[in-house]
Amino acid sequence: MTSAAQALDTSTFGRVRDLPALRFVRRHVLSVYAALALAYLFLPIVIVVLFSFNNPKGRFNFTWEGFTFKNWENPFGYPGLGGALRVSIEIALLSSLFATILGTLVALALVRYRFRGSATTNLLIFIPMTTPEVVMGASLLTLFVNWRVPQGFGTILIAHILFNISYVVVTVRARLVGFDRHLEEAAMDLGANEWITFVKVTLPLIMPGILAAGLLAFALSIDDFVITYFNAGATITFPLFVWGAARVATPPQINVIGTAIFIVAVTGMLATIVFQNYRSRKGAFAL
Amino acid sequence: MGLLHRRKGTIPYLLLAPGIGWLGVFFLVPLYYLGKMSLSQGLFPIFSFGWVWGNFRDAITSYQTQFVRSGEYAGIATVIALVMSYPLAYWIAFRGGRWKNLFLLLVIAPFFVTYLIRTLAWETILADNGVVVRTLQHVGILGSNGRLLATSTAVIAGITYNFLPFMVLPLYVSLEQIDQRLIEAAEDLYASRARAFARVTLPLSLPGVFAGVLLTFIPAAGDFINAQLLGTPKQYMIGNVIQSEFLSVRDYPTAASLSFVLMAGILAIVLVFARILGTERLTVAA
Repeated sequence: MTSAAQALDTSTFGRVRDLPALRFVRRHVLSVYAALALAYLFLPIVIVVLFSFNNPKGRFNFTWEGFTFKNWENPFGYPGLGGALRVSIEIALLSSLFATILGTLVALALVRYRFRGSATTNLLIFIPMTTPEVVMGASLLTLFVNWRVPQGFGTILIAHILFNISYVVVTVRARLVGFDRHLEEAAMDLGANEWITFVKVTLPLIMPGILAAGLLAFALSIDDFVITYFNAGATITFPLFVWGAARVATPPQINVIGTAIFIVAVTGMLATIVFQNYRSRKGAFAL
Repeated sequence: MGLLHRRKGTIPYLLLAPGIGWLGVFFLVPLYYLGKMSLSQGLFPIFSFGWVWGNFRDAITSYQTQFVRSGEYAGIATVIALVMSYPLAYWIAFRGGRWKNLFLLLVIAPFFVTYLIRTLAWETILADNGVVVRTLQHVGILGSNGRLLATSTAVIAGITYNFLPFMVLPLYVSLEQIDQRLIEAAEDLYASRARAFARVTLPLSLPGVFAGVLLTFIPAAGDFINAQLLGTPKQYMIGNVIQSEFLSVRDYPTAASLSFVLMAGILAIVLVFARILGTERLTVAA
């Protein structure tokens, strides 16, 4: 309460509430809760990282047997894991590239132009994000069956570009909406035409948003299981590999790769945050 | 917002064409084929279309248990996620200060580990001889032979955990946008902290609650991974059925009609929920 209200509060409850002990609890209970919640969020991650150093006796990695570095020394020792990871990375790179291009164009159109059908477009972008993956994967499957498209790398790529477009649009759009148009106007006042303005002024300034969208798409692609599962045919991506292997065995190398992906992703995110802070501190035109 | 580019009306359509075209071909058209499949019969690869409306009736009667169970599990998980996430989102938005982005990163970071690997980690944590189960047995919450794995508790716990960020992020965005001065004003008008929260903060955060509930419940209702890894066929959800009908049994018509019933069910629940919350307050977010 503000001190004015406090001073006028003569109720018993108010006086009890102001006891130093209770004030201390009230002020900190939320922080304690937040700390516990974060601990809960990280618990499985700690397990994943920890068990990547495990030396399991059997085929499954569920009980702790002993500490070893050998999984990290030989992460691709388990047959099929390396190949699956390579497929995942290739698909993630390609799909995030294409989805980012397609999605950025859509975001530009949605934010910069008023046109008939913008509401429908928004809906079309939004609905895939709220459709259960089972349904999306299954419907793509029926499409490929009907068009007699053989399932494999190509169909997985198509599916990944599909679900990534929506996320790219949302991310880039957020960046575009907060964009200061005056910079563009200044450029055009100085004689630049629309195209040059776009390339030299707009694009560099929205590039952080585009990069963030690309990273998001990459992460979503590497991690995707359900939609891929329905459309992979005989091709195996890393999540598919984990799923297939999990019935038979859970080699610790899975944890190693999982930890590695985690570290790379977190580092990437930290880098974008730090980079954004750096740029905003030096000024928008810093190169 | 943006300037109106009136000169060439075709520019926006040119920009849209590739992306929307992709969505049209690979999202909308497949739904048509899924619909056609749901009215057919047969097993892969031979299907015959025939306005077989019976597929839907059969789907609902045969798998009623799984439908209801999916709604239950997803619903319980969503409620738990909401209760868990709200204080966390509140804390980050109101007490995070300069470190808000860092805390958000901390919340999201765990979910950069592949979904399957995270769920397998829960299999380890909830394992029969693990610390958690033994402690619960010791304390008496679980019987002496009690398990956590292969129970609905484990499946719901897995679902809750895996969809937590989908609840935290919209809540955070909504809470962070609340003008602090409104809360100060309420307190200046002699509202207690609790009242200010209930009358100002909570209602203003409802769009975030709505978005979070949607983004959590909808994918959770179709999930099958948690049930498969942490449960048994007794916990299987409709997602498991759809998956096995498509990929094992290869009875595409049944599976397709199940998918549509699932979507219809989700839509119905979402509409009811939106009604309850009151749609006016929700358009604030849009």
